[in-house]
Amino acid sequence: MKLDTSGFETTMPMIGFGSNNDMLDGFCSVPSFDLPRTTDFDGFQKEAVQMVKPAKGTTTLAFIFKEGVMVAADSRASMGGYISSQSVKKIIEINPYMLGTMAGGAADCQFWHRNLGIKCRLHQLANKRRISVSGASKLLANMLYSYRGMGLSVGTMIAGWDETGPGLYYVDNEGGRLKGDRFSVGSGSPYAYGVLDSGYKFDMSVEEALELARRSIYHATFRDGASGGVASVYHVGPNGWKKLSGDDVGELHYHYYPVAPATAEHVMEEAAE
Amino acid sequence: MTKQHANWSPYDNNGGTCVAIAGSDYCVIAADTRMSTGYSILSRDYSKIHKLADKAVLSSSGFQADVKALQKVLKSRHLIYQHQHNKQMSCPAMAQLLSNTLYFKRFFPYYAFNVLGGLDAEGKGCVFTYDAVGSYEKVGYSAQGSGSTLIMPFLDNQLKSPSPLLLPAQDSITPLSEAEAVDLVKTVFASATERDIYTGDKLEIMILKADGIKTELIDLRKD
Repeated sequence: MKLDTSGFETTMPMIGFGSNNDMLDGFCSVPSFDLPRTTDFDGFQKEAVQMVKPAKGTTTLAFIFKEGVMVAADSRASMGGYISSQSVKKIIEINPYMLGTMAGGAADCQFWHRNLGIKCRLHQLANKRRISVSGASKLLANMLYSYRGMGLSVGTMIAGWDETGPGLYYVDNEGGRLKGDRFSVGSGSPYAYGVLDSGYKFDMSVEEALELARRSIYHATFRDGASGGVASVYHVGPNGWKKLSGDDVGELHYHYYPVAPATAEHVMEEAAE
Repeated sequence: MTKQHANWSPYDNNGGTCVAIAGSDYCVIAADTRMSTGYSILSRDYSKIHKLADKAVLSSSGFQADVKALQKVLKSRHLIYQHQHNKQMSCPAMAQLLSNTLYFKRFFPYYAFNVLGGLDAEGKGCVFTYDAVGSYEKVGYSAQGSGSTLIMPFLDNQLKSPSPLLLPAQDSITPLSEAEAVDLVKTVFASATERDIYTGDKLEIMILKADGIKTELIDLRKD
């Protein structure tokens, strides 16, 4: 049977000749970054890779509305099937008027957001005015682009308020940068999008937006095993960000779906049977 | 085609478990003293706890050569800090230094699973828990290492503190007294020793308080 190997031709960089063809077996879509000079890609530094395995399980979201930007996230970090923490800060305070969200590798996000905060402060000191959201997100995107292909895992949203009003950008480890007014990132994002998109109106009040953001995160944590913990919601207004709520999603569940208490008669009937 | 495996890995796992619990005016850091490789025991008397500053004590499990290198780097950075600032580093400052030190080897990580324990500026206990590349978080208690999956659920059950992310904010410090915390640590290690082959031999407990550090050494099962 003639196998269709056309997929192998296009992006595969030339690593070796002739006998190295056994590398191609088992590869379907080849990513376009440098590969190590070895015949066993899966096993290369496998222990190290497994150790650094990023916590991709998460739900974060942000949206722009009339009163500014609403940013919300869960707080669970998982390493494979083990929940390593239920209290991770996924909304990172870059400076008093800009927030970043964390999705992907926890250390990568923490470190690069801290680094971005330093760069923003230096910009502010050098230029005598605050950096724009557009500028900050570009700094981060360019930094991540230079580490493209090295295994960083960052899926973040930069939200803030600058001279042009509210700003929201999505930046990822590929160096991609998107401007938008509604984003959700992480394994729970499809669920969050469902609730967010159906309830979104530009003219919401801060309370309505808060409730929408909190409910979206709650529903994502309900259905996605890799999301959970505490649903935090922040609001970014013209005077900077303010944390509006932090609720344990377990308690939110009973807040949204309270359990009707069983009456005494039912209990006695069951005992009689 | 047969996979070709690397002849050599730069890493090894020497096993062991580390635990830390923060209290209102104390911090308990504990680790077993077994160092192993594969199924062999290299030492029954190896300390995994290292004092970095008066108020910051690091305990790490994983690959002990990397742990030793990491301790050396932190110790020298701390010495420089003391020369430049004429004071010892605080625990939160050491926590961030450790995070940055770990991240700077992001592409060839230190195979070390760290727990940093100490007292903050107000004298309250604080515990910071890390992953191998430097992401860190201030918590009320933590366990890392081969026995962590056995110990953490039990600590969650006994010590579950309100998340620091909740609003209105609630303290994440354990309401336990120092004696209760030490007792809990002994219990937890006794259980972990039963079911984890890499944990055992002896338990070293360091209790950090404002007036100094006390150390206890307790026997565990040696099998």
